[in-house]
Amino acid sequence: MKPAAFDYVVAESIDAAVAALAAADGEAKILAGGQSLVPMLNFRLLRPTVLVDINRIPDLAFIEERPDDITIGALTRHYRLETSPIIAKHLPVIAEAMRHVAHLAIRNRGTIGGSLSHADPAAELPMLALLLDATLHVASSAGSSMVSARDFFLGPLAVDLAGDAMVTRITIPKLPPATGWGFGEVARRSGDFALAAATATLTSRDGMIAEARIAMTGIDETAKRASEAEALLNGRKLTNDLFEAAIAAVRAGVNPPTDLHASSDYRRHLVGVLAGRALADAWRRAGGEKP
Amino acid sequence: MSTHGIKVTVDGVTYERAVEPRLLLADFLRHTLGLTGTHVGCEHGVCGACTVLVDGDSVRSCLLFAVQANGAHVETVESLGTIGDMNVLQEAFHEHHALQCGFCTPGMLMTATDLMRKYLLASDEDIREGLSGNLCRCTGYEHIVRAVRAAVERAKDAAP
Repeated sequence: MKPAAFDYVVAESIDAAVAALAAADGEAKILAGGQSLVPMLNFRLLRPTVLVDINRIPDLAFIEERPDDITIGALTRHYRLETSPIIAKHLPVIAEAMRHVAHLAIRNRGTIGGSLSHADPAAELPMLALLLDATLHVASSAGSSMVSARDFFLGPLAVDLAGDAMVTRITIPKLPPATGWGFGEVARRSGDFALAAATATLTSRDGMIAEARIAMTGIDETAKRASEAEALLNGRKLTNDLFEAAIAAVRAGVNPPTDLHASSDYRRHLVGVLAGRALADAWRRAGGEKP
Repeated sequence: MSTHGIKVTVDGVTYERAVEPRLLLADFLRHTLGLTGTHVGCEHGVCGACTVLVDGDSVRSCLLFAVQANGAHVETVESLGTIGDMNVLQEAFHEHHALQCGFCTPGMLMTATDLMRKYLLASDEDIREGLSGNLCRCTGYEHIVRAVRAAVERAKDAAP
């Protein structure tokens, strides 16, 4: 058989999952969608002694709307994010981005909690969590806690999550009024991991940019915000010069890897192009005047 | 290594077996049940050959453990039709020469089945994108896209 042997625990509750993780003393892995985990098991790159299956925990897959935010259960599949009317209405950038995540059979299984916890440096969901200032709710032996997306991603496949902890749900503020969004991604083949992707929201007020948010993936050890470019844009009127300066700041703020798919220079150039398109789309959707 | 008792319905037949947790659903279908219609290519979720439906959704059976399918309804290519009585999609594959060696075909058919249920597939680009997770090393995909297009049109015509 492909994977090394492991014990299999079906958790019936979040508490039971956390207890099983704690009992394995760091040697356990959570099995959610399994779309990243199981390939690593099949290659025996990972040999956990225990898999804790959280797929049968009731009420862990949901999308819930409150007046100011949307809360998404950790076990919510990508396909549901892609097709949810609540997401389409309040966080349409997520629905758009989901169509770039792998293929239908993967989106049928993959989960938001799993993608965020796995933290592939070219994945879309960590980028979206950063863009949208998401808060992750975490359960562990120590109790429940919250962590902002900004503090969660530590490095390639590394997140701020203890061995006995699991993400249980994600809360994302709705887009403010007069806010537009944009998303752009280039991959070698449809459904592949991004060579680079960028996404943005712009809030307009009195013809000015009240708030700019830009996030990128595929261009560093983790997805990240383009803080320098955002600072340039905030509170300013969008002109062609400012637009170009923001794109230059996006490029200056990344440290892309070179691999067999693309060079670092190519990715740096690409993320600037994609951020520019995302910003242009965001400004148009925000009702902003053309610069 | 401890085994787990599971009860799985495959193509309308319910099976009860004891499985090791690390047994992949693809290997359970082929080796434990002897249902060799589902093909196994890359065994790490890249080629799509092993695609089956679990509770109606297409999944890669090399990325799911058999033990996870406990209580589930699995549909394989063997549920679609028989040589004497093919379904619309199989007919279209036949008519449009959408297979040569046939290795990828079970995955193509099961993927297209789910795509046709979930998406409009209004353009050939939509079909290509939908099938992009399934590798075929013979056809160059052209005839597969044509076959799915034909099946989509036929299903549309048949709808009231």
